[in-house]
Amino acid sequence: MAKREMICIVCPVGCHLSVDEETLEVTGNRCPRGAKYGKKELTNPTRMLTSTVKTNATLQRRVSIKTSDEIPKGKIFEIMDELNTIDAQVPVKSGDILLKNVCDTGVDIVATTSLDR
Amino acid sequence: MYDIIIIGGGAAGLSAAKEAYDPDLNILIIEREAKLGGILKQCIHNGFGIHKFNLELTGPEFAEKTADGIADLDIEVMLETTVTDIIQFKTFDLTVMNEAHGEFHLEAKSVIIATGCYEKTRSQILLPGDRPAGIMTAGSAQRYLNIDGYMVGKKVFILGSGDIGLIMARRMTLEGADVLGVAELMPYSNGLTRNIAQCLDDYDIPLYLSHTITNIVGKERLEQIVIQEVDPHFQPIAGTEKTFDVDTLLLSVGLVPDIQMFESLKFAVSPVTKGAIVDQHLQTSVDGLFACGNALHVHDLVDWVAEESERAGRYAKMYVQGTLDTHRQEDVIPGDNVRYVLPHRYDFDSADDSVKFALRSTLKAAKGTFKITQGETLIMHKKARHIAPAEMEHIVVPKEKMVSNAPITISLEVT
Repeated sequence: MAKREMICIVCPVGCHLSVDEETLEVTGNRCPRGAKYGKKELTNPTRMLTSTVKTNATLQRRVSIKTSDEIPKGKIFEIMDELNTIDAQVPVKSGDILLKNVCDTGVDIVATTSLDR
Repeated sequence: MYDIIIIGGGAAGLSAAKEAYDPDLNILIIEREAKLGGILKQCIHNGFGIHKFNLELTGPEFAEKTADGIADLDIEVMLETTVTDIIQFKTFDLTVMNEAHGEFHLEAKSVIIATGCYEKTRSQILLPGDRPAGIMTAGSAQRYLNIDGYMVGKKVFILGSGDIGLIMARRMTLEGADVLGVAELMPYSNGLTRNIAQCLDDYDIPLYLSHTITNIVGKERLEQIVIQEVDPHFQPIAGTEKTFDVDTLLLSVGLVPDIQMFESLKFAVSPVTKGAIVDQHLQTSVDGLFACGNALHVHDLVDWVAEESERAGRYAKMYVQGTLDTHRQEDVIPGDNVRYVLPHRYDFDSADDSVKFALRSTLKAAKGTFKITQGETLIMHKKARHIAPAEMEHIVVPKEKMVSNAPITISLEVT
């Protein structure tokens, strides 16, 4: 039976996973999160996306952001384009939602930096 | 007079400050930038804090969480302030500068070095060819992009597969640049394996292992680079040249502890880590001077920086309170297949219940056993998997397993 070899990206340990393409059975994982990741990579691969957006802050010229949850891997570049519409106004607090339901993914864009000026 | 001055307000300095804190002590953090957090501020990707907070945070979030840890404590912070020199008589005398006060002096009983590390530049790896604009370290490009909002180029090649290089390969791709490849001199990557997967494989960016740059072409701006495969002695193999038309070359070729400003103190420095030689209290060869984080040795995870720095803070506090024994007698020796071990020295009598060792291997191995010996006696062993020079290992040796006052050797047996 064909197996897909991959490196787990859930945490920095980087387990070497082997996923059965038919039964979706995962081996080589050291924790349950690895099994979940291996399965998902073959069915619906998703990623966290981090980037920066425009701001009127002067302390630094960009505000770092993340997606509130993982997004489909295929939508990464579409979301990157959508991020260009955001202009974060100070004060920005880490955890602030800057854009809701980005590209109809059900996922929000969240600030990860606090800037008060 | 301060009891403890911590130089650097990044993950290391903030973690050290939290543990050094005592209501009776005067503690000061000196930070050269306008905001606490250090390099984490520009490391906008996630993956920080899994061990420390059991959360997957981005760099700025980890920085903020760590800074919040000291926000309610009576710890003084001087921002946009730079230390230019330190000398020691009975106490430490720091020469300090900032815009508000010009040059001035501060005095402290103890100093913690938490200044992080810097990136090797082109001149440190002797890259041949022209010297056009468009060649910079990956960390500089990261700062330009993530803090200052500048794209540094459109067609990019990356030399070195350290984590920052891999992270920047993805980051530049996301921002619309064409990243043509990453070349690595060694036959293996120096970055975390997960970063090969999620930064290169996800975006089909080729990784050229056992390759280096043998020519750089460009008058004003970089126009072209040539890479070549190298033999086991790192000599370029004729006929393997590949040419890439690029306007930007990012270097991710190694990090070095940033401790130049401490030259006057003349503490012992390890030729391997390029950081201070320390005992199990993270105290250098100068009494009262402690070092931690990337200024001590370059870490791959900030979680380990924080943990180590907390210990440095704790021991610095004990030092100023007069409860730290400082004998520093026995050597800790890196044995077979081990590149370095920290601490470099330990003192059995003043050891806590256990001593925590941090080490790196010289080779990549699927499986192996770390052996801790004193003289001919094997006192402990620890099995490990997926051992790589890029991934730091930790071994905690309980005091009851140690034989008093004998050098400790840690070696790696590959099975």
